[in-house]
Formats: sequence, C-alpha cells, structure tokens
Amino acid sequence: MPIDLVNLANVIVSGVLTGLVYGLMALGLSVIFGVARVVNFAHGEMMTVAMYFAVMLFVHLKLDPFFSAFPVATLFFVFGYLLQANIINPFITRPDHAQFMLLLALGVILTNSLLVIFGPDARSVSLDYLLESIELGPLLIDRGKLYAALVALSTALASFGDFRYTDTGTAIRACADNWFGAKVVGLNVKHLYALAFGIGSACVAVAGCMMILLVDLTPNLGPAYTLLAFVIVIVGGLGSMNGALLGGVLVGVSEAIAGLFIAPSAKSMLSFALLIIVLLLRPRGLLGGKL
Amino acid sequence: MNRRALSLLVVLSVFFLVLPWITNAYVLSLATLFLFFAYTGQAWNILMGFAGQLSLGHSLYLGVGAYSAAVLYSHFGVGPWAGLWVSIAMCVLLGSVVGALAFRANVAGVYFTLLTIAFAEFTRIGFDHFNWLGGSGGLFLKVTQRDQIDLLNLRGTAQMFYYVMLALAVSALALCTSLLRSRAGFYWQAIRENEDAARALGVDTFRWKMLAITLSAAMTAPAGVFHAFYYNNLFPEQIFNISRSIEIILGPIIGGIGTLFGPIIGAALLTLLADGSTELVAAIGWDVPGVKQLIYGTALLLVIVFLPHGIWPAVARKLKVSK
Repeated sequence: MPIDLVNLANVIVSGVLTGLVYGLMALGLSVIFGVARVVNFAHGEMMTVAMYFAVMLFVHLKLDPFFSAFPVATLFFVFGYLLQANIINPFITRPDHAQFMLLLALGVILTNSLLVIFGPDARSVSLDYLLESIELGPLLIDRGKLYAALVALSTALASFGDFRYTDTGTAIRACADNWFGAKVVGLNVKHLYALAFGIGSACVAVAGCMMILLVDLTPNLGPAYTLLAFVIVIVGGLGSMNGALLGGVLVGVSEAIAGLFIAPSAKSMLSFALLIIVLLLRPRGLLGGKL
Repeated sequence: MNRRALSLLVVLSVFFLVLPWITNAYVLSLATLFLFFAYTGQAWNILMGFAGQLSLGHSLYLGVGAYSAAVLYSHFGVGPWAGLWVSIAMCVLLGSVVGALAFRANVAGVYFTLLTIAFAEFTRIGFDHFNWLGGSGGLFLKVTQRDQIDLLNLRGTAQMFYYVMLALAVSALALCTSLLRSRAGFYWQAIRENEDAARALGVDTFRWKMLAITLSAAMTAPAGVFHAFYYNNLFPEQIFNISRSIEIILGPIIGGIGTLFGPIIGAALLTLLADGSTELVAAIGWDVPGVKQLIYGTALLLVIVFLPHGIWPAVARKLKVSK
C-alpha cells in the first residue's frame, strides 16, 4: 500500500529530525560525563529551564527561539561553569553515589522552582512558520522541525570542531583520557572540567530552545528527558560524541515508529527496552570505546 | 551496644508502643508514614549501604509487591497474608532476574543504577497499558467500615496499620542488625569497599551481590502489600514512579548510608520536614504546588554537601553510642 509507505516515510523523517535535537541534548550529557565524569542527573531539568527561558524571551521580547538560543546558551555556559567549579568539583574525590545524589537534588530543585514560578500549565511558542511544511516529492516536512534539526546539527558540529581543533579542546580531551596525566603535564584540570560542564550546558540550552518548537512545555518534563538523554548516550556509547547524535536519531525514529504502530503513550517503553538490551549486551554502547 | 544506647532504645520502644494512645489521627498517620519509609529505607540500605550497589529502581519491587497482593485480593478473594508470600516470591524472582542479568554482565556503578531505573520505568509503562490490572486508571480495593479490626484481611483502624508497620520496621531493624554482623554482612562490606580486592581474596562476589538484591527486593514486597491495603488504590504512575524510588532512598542517604539507624533517623527527619514545610507553607500562605518539594530538594542538597556521611554518624558520635 503506497499511501502507508508514504505515511511511514513521513514518520521516519520526522523521527530523524526530532532525533537530531535529542542528539544535541544527549551530546551535552555525553560531554559532561565523558570529560568531568559527572553523571548529570539534572540534565533534562536543565533543558526544561532553557525551554522556559526561550518561552519567556518569546512572550516578553518577541524573540524567536532561533535567536534566543544564543543568549540562553551563553547564560547556561556561565551557569554550568560556575556549578562545576564551585559545587561539583569538591565531589570529584567522593564516592560516585554522592555526586549522583547531588545532581538529583539539583534536578528536584530546578523542577520545583519552575513549578513554583510558572505553575503547572502547559506553554508553547506560536510562530506562523511552525504551521507550514515543505513538500519534498511525496514527503511533507515541518519547517519548524527542519530548522530545529539543522540548528541542532550545526551546534553539534561546532562543538565537535571545538574539541577536535582548538588547543582548549585538545586539553579537555586530554583531561577526559587521563586526568592524572593531564595534571602532571600542568593542565588546570578543575578549570577544564568546569569548561566541559559549561559546554555541555550550552549544548543542552540550544537543544532546549529547539525543543520548545517541537513540544508543549510543562515544569515536570525534566525527569523524563533526563532518562531519555541517558538512554541515548548509553545506546550511542557514553562519552562518544558521534554516538550521542546517532543514538538520538535512533531513539527519535524508534519513538516515532512506536507511536505509529503501538500506542503513543507506550513509545518510551521501547526506549527503556533498548537501554536494558544495550546495557546487558554491549555496555559500552554502539560507538563507545572501552569502558 | 553500651548502656547508654540500651537505655535510649528502651525509651524509644516505650514511646512507639504507647504513641497511638496519646496522639491524634493526624500525628498517627505521620508516624505510620515515618515507619513506612524507615522500613523501605532499611530494605534499600541492604543493597546500597551494605553491598554498595546503588539501585534507583526500588519502586519496581514496591509496585509489584503491592499489585500482586492487591490483585489476588480484589480478583480472587485471596487474603493479604497469603498474598504477601506471592508478593515476596514475585519480588525475589524480579530481584534475581535484575541481579543475575546485571551482575553476570558486569554492569556496575552508574550503569547498574541506570539499569534499575530502566526496569522500573519499563514496568511502569507496561502496567499503564495492562488493563486487567486496571491500567493507568488504577486498581482499587473495596473499602469497608474501618471501625472493626480484621487483621486477617488487613482491614481495620489506623491504629492497626500503625502497629503492623511498627512490627515490620522493628523486624527490619533486627534483621539488618544481625545481617551486618553475619558472614554475609562482612562479605558485603568487603564488596562495597573494594570489589576487586574482595574477589582476589576468594569472595564469590556474584553470589553475595545476588543475595543482597534478592533480600532487598523481598523485604520491599511487604511494604508494597502494606501500601496497597493502607491506601486501597494503586496507580502505576504513582507507585512505579522514579520519584517513589527517590523517596525510598532519601531517608538512608540523609540519615547515613550503611548504618543501622541512619534509615530510621533519615525517615524521621524527612517526615518532620514534610510536616513542617506543609505547616510553614500554610502559615505564610504560599501554598502553590512545588514549594514542599523545593524545600525537600534543598534539604537534600545541604545534607549531601555538608554531611557526606549522613546525619546519624555525626549524632552517634555526639551521643557516644555506637553506629
């Protein structure tokens, strides 16, 4: 049945585009974990905060989320840097679970601060071009979704380039490989950890500004996105940057297909099944190196 | 245990035994809630505090324990005391499946934590779509008049539930006390401190970790049964939610992971904090959703930053009683 195939193709394309935004969100988590070894359990909550910034800038200053991504990302970079430098760095030598709980507590605080400030009502950004779509042969592509995916992809590529080709990026990667060695050759490890957390936060801020174009916003979105980000980075390989993007696209597509064939409310069941399978069979993820 | 600690214990026992006769219904419900979290915290503490495996998916065992007994009661008329054993068996089965998969595949640290979350979330969404069990609309137990005590069917007054929970909490404390001094307890602590070293010394780490997770899961089951019969309703969205798992672990973390009294002190403080913040919020008229959780989160953050080992070890030193 050709109509169904077209429908399926549309769903897959939409899944890929959403998946790229997921990928950028997960990339932030991957950078934070890969370098600073921080299991950011407040990741989805941070993205939700970024989404509120985007909505507020839109409502009060009529700023398009594509533009507000810049100031919000800058703000998040500073926030992430200060958070790591002042609060998380002392936890480097503490047991894993202490750090874990610290970020969990931060997540609870962020979610409920949003709930207190903005209330439980759903919000969204209404822009005319979000309703338009581009016809590409038999395919219909949402313009908003397409732009969001392009911004996510280019942000991801920019941070790839940053890590690959700049001196600071090289130093950060050195830290990620062997923090003791990095310390021995005189790198300021704590500063570089903080930078990594800042860059990861900036990624999640851009992802949040794009995500507001795709979903309705409520304060309690955070925990679900935190889990989703973990599913993605583990499927792709924790610490692998390409893996995060690949994992994002995989999860985006599988969610879209599950929404089509099973119930939309059951779509994340598939993601968690994927997480269980990957953890058990290939714990380093699809593109991850050694653990 | 020295004389100081013993006398403290006697005073506390008497206090808890006479509590229902000297307070009102509201305080009694708070006390029951406190005992509930002291109990579940104790169960979780076996896996994390003793054996060092951080589970953030204990809502799985709470929920499955609750649903097993509730379904037997509502669909087949099987009483809770018989259902309890089915609940425990289900949780032992689940715990050993999660444990066997995780520990065989060497899933450790944060990966183990994520695996436990994944199992709980998977089950939550599954139960949401499982219509025979009520689905997302919930499962309800028939509420009967609460003036007669029917211990056999766990139907009765708030006092009865209080004493049931008190008995559970005291048995959990006794069990954990003896466990910590048993062979298993020492092996667990060896695994917690350094798993490679423990294995090098010939400890069968897989076996002891399996014991920890099955025991911890089995102990959580009765709390689930209690939850089902105390509240008379079950929703997957609530009982399997990750926030429920977080509630379970807050007590031990605030009180002191790996200690015997930490989970109890932590649960007591959290109950007082919850009540205190409710009253504070009401008093200043700032009654919007989220404020209570905000206070909770902040308290948690402060404890983690300033008291890395929890409150009990610091208090124990002050009181000059052993941990």
